Amino acid sequence: MTTTLSREIHPDRVTPTRAIRVTQGRVLLSEWTKFRSLRSTVWTLLIAVLLTVGLGALFSAVADSQYHTFSAVERLTFNPISTSLSGIQFAQLAVGVLGVLLMSGEYTTGMIRSSLTAVPQRLPVLWAKLGVFAAFTFAVTLVASVVSFFVGQALLKSHHLSVTISSPGALRDVVGAALYITTAGVIGVALGALLRNTAAGISTFVVAFFVVTPIAELLPSSWRSHFAQYLPSNAGASLYGGTHNLAHALSPWTGFAVLLSYAVVLVGAAAWRLKRADA
Amino acid sequence: MIEVENLSKRYGDKLAVDNISFAVQPGIVTGFLGPNGAGKSTTMRIVAGLDEPTHGRVTVNGADYRKASAPMAELGILLEAKAIHPGRSARNHLLALAQTNGIGRARVDEVIDMVGLREVAGRRVGGFSLGMGQRLGVASALLGDPKVVVLDEPINGLDPEGVLWIRNLLKGLAAEGRTVFVSSHLMSEMAQTASRLVVVGRGRLIADTTVDEFIAQASGQSVTVRTPEALRLRDLLLGRDVTVTAQESDVLTVQGLTAEQIGIVAWQANLPLFELAPQHASLEDAFMELTHDSVEYHSSDLARDGVAA
Repeated sequence: MTTTLSREIHPDRVTPTRAIRVTQGRVLLSEWTKFRSLRSTVWTLLIAVLLTVGLGALFSAVADSQYHTFSAVERLTFNPISTSLSGIQFAQLAVGVLGVLLMSGEYTTGMIRSSLTAVPQRLPVLWAKLGVFAAFTFAVTLVASVVSFFVGQALLKSHHLSVTISSPGALRDVVGAALYITTAGVIGVALGALLRNTAAGISTFVVAFFVVTPIAELLPSSWRSHFAQYLPSNAGASLYGGTHNLAHALSPWTGFAVLLSYAVVLVGAAAWRLKRADA
Repeated sequence: MIEVENLSKRYGDKLAVDNISFAVQPGIVTGFLGPNGAGKSTTMRIVAGLDEPTHGRVTVNGADYRKASAPMAELGILLEAKAIHPGRSARNHLLALAQTNGIGRARVDEVIDMVGLREVAGRRVGGFSLGMGQRLGVASALLGDPKVVVLDEPINGLDPEGVLWIRNLLKGLAAEGRTVFVSSHLMSEMAQTASRLVVVGRGRLIADTTVDEFIAQASGQSVTVRTPEALRLRDLLLGRDVTVTAQESDVLTVQGLTAEQIGIVAWQANLPLFELAPQHASLEDAFMELTHDSVEYHSSDLARDGVAA
C-alpha cells in the first residue's frame, strides 16, 4: 500500500523548465480559469449584452415613433447616439453585480482561503481578478455598445434622426459607453473585496449608481449644479453623451477621469484591506 | 518542518491561542489534538498565513510562508472550513489553484486520481458529499508536492474506507520525509496514525510528546476485579495511595496496586477471583484526564444551562 502510494506521489510532474513559482502572469491565468468556469459569470454578461442592445433598441424605436410629439427644446437636445446607448444604464447594474460577486463570492464560499493559501502574497490575486474582469467586460460591452449603436441608428432612420459612426463624437461615445460600464464594474469588484459580503456590496453599488443621482435631483438646482456632475453615474454618463439633464456636464474625458478616481480610491482601499486583514 | 514560537492570537476579547510553542518535525506524522474550540484551526490558519498572529511567529521550512516564492511546494493545507466555490467543477477548482504556481494539468489529473475523484471531476462541487469534499481538499493540498502537509480534521465525513485511505496516505507522506501535521479531536484515530502529539486545550499547550509517553503520563492504570467477596476484598486492599471503587456489587476497580499484588492478597485471604484484569489507560482516557480542565464546555455545564433555560 505504502509503496504504491509513494510511487503515485513522487513522479516527475514538474518539468524542470517550469519550476513551481507564483508569478503575476500565472495568477492571471488562474483567475481567467475561475472567471470562465462559473455559469453565473457567463449568464450575467449575457444579460448585460441583452439589456444594452434590447433597451437601446426600445428607446430608439420609441423616440422615432414619438418624435412628432417632441417639443422644440426636446428636438433641439435630442441625441441619437446616447439614445441608442440608453441600455448602458441598466446593463451597468448587471456588470456591477458581477463585479461584486467576483470578490464577495470568494468570501461567502470560503474559496478565498484556498486562493490566498496558493498565493500568500495576496495582492496578485486582486490585480489578476481586476485585470481579467476589466479586459473581458470591456470586450463584451464594446461589442454590445457597437451593436446598440447600429441597431438604434437603423431604427431612427425614418425621421432622418440617425447619425453614422463617423459623425463627430459617435465613435468616442460608443467606446466611452463600454469604458464607463467597465469602470463601474471595477468599482463593484472593489466593493466586493472591501465589504466581503454580496448583499452589502450590491446595495452599496446600487446606492452609488442608482439612488444618489435621483436624490440629488431633489435638491435646489443652485446647489446641485456644484456637484451633480461629479456623481459616479453622471461623471460616467458624460462618456457617452447621456448628460443632457445636467447644467454643468463634464467633458467626456474629465468625466472618465472623475469616475476612474473613484475606482482607484476604492481599489486602493480594497488592496489595503486584503493585504492587512485576516482572511 | 513547522516552528511555532510563543504564538498568541486574539479575536476581539477572546484569546483563541495563548502563548504556545512547539515544532513539527519532518519524517513522522504529528497529531494535533484538542477539544473543539481549543485553538487548533486558528493555529493552522496562522501557519497558512491566513491570519496574523497577535504575538509570536510561525515559520514553515524556516521561513515566513507569506513570503514564499513557491508556496505550493512548501506547504499543502486542508482547512476544516470549506474553501471551495460550489459552482465550479472539481477539476477547474484544482486547475485554477495549480495555475497560480505554474503547476500543469497533468499534475491536476494525477491528484484527482490519487484521491479517487476521477469519475466526478467534471461535476460541480456544490453537489459533493462531505467525504468527496474532503478528498478534493486533500487533492488541493498535494498539488504542489509540498514538503509540509497540514490537514485540519481530514477524516471528518469520510467512510471507513476513506479513513483507512487517509491513514495510509499520511504514513506514506511521512515515510517520504515530509512534515505531516494532522489535527483531530478523535484520540483513537491519532493513536493509529501519529507518532508524536501536540495537545492543546483552551488555546494553551498541554503536551508535546510521543503517543506512548502521553499515555504513560496520564494518570494511574487501574485493575478490574470480579469476586463474590467484593466487600471483604475491598477492606483488605484499601490503604495508602490505593483507591477502590465498586461498579457493581461484585466488581471492583482498583487503582494503586498491580494485578499481581491484588491476586496475592486474595489468595492469602482465600477469596475466589472470577476476573482480574489490568486496564491500560487508552489515549482517550489520557486525553480526557489531561484536558479535563480545558474543555470549553463540559456536558454538565450544558445540562445545567439547559435546565436553567
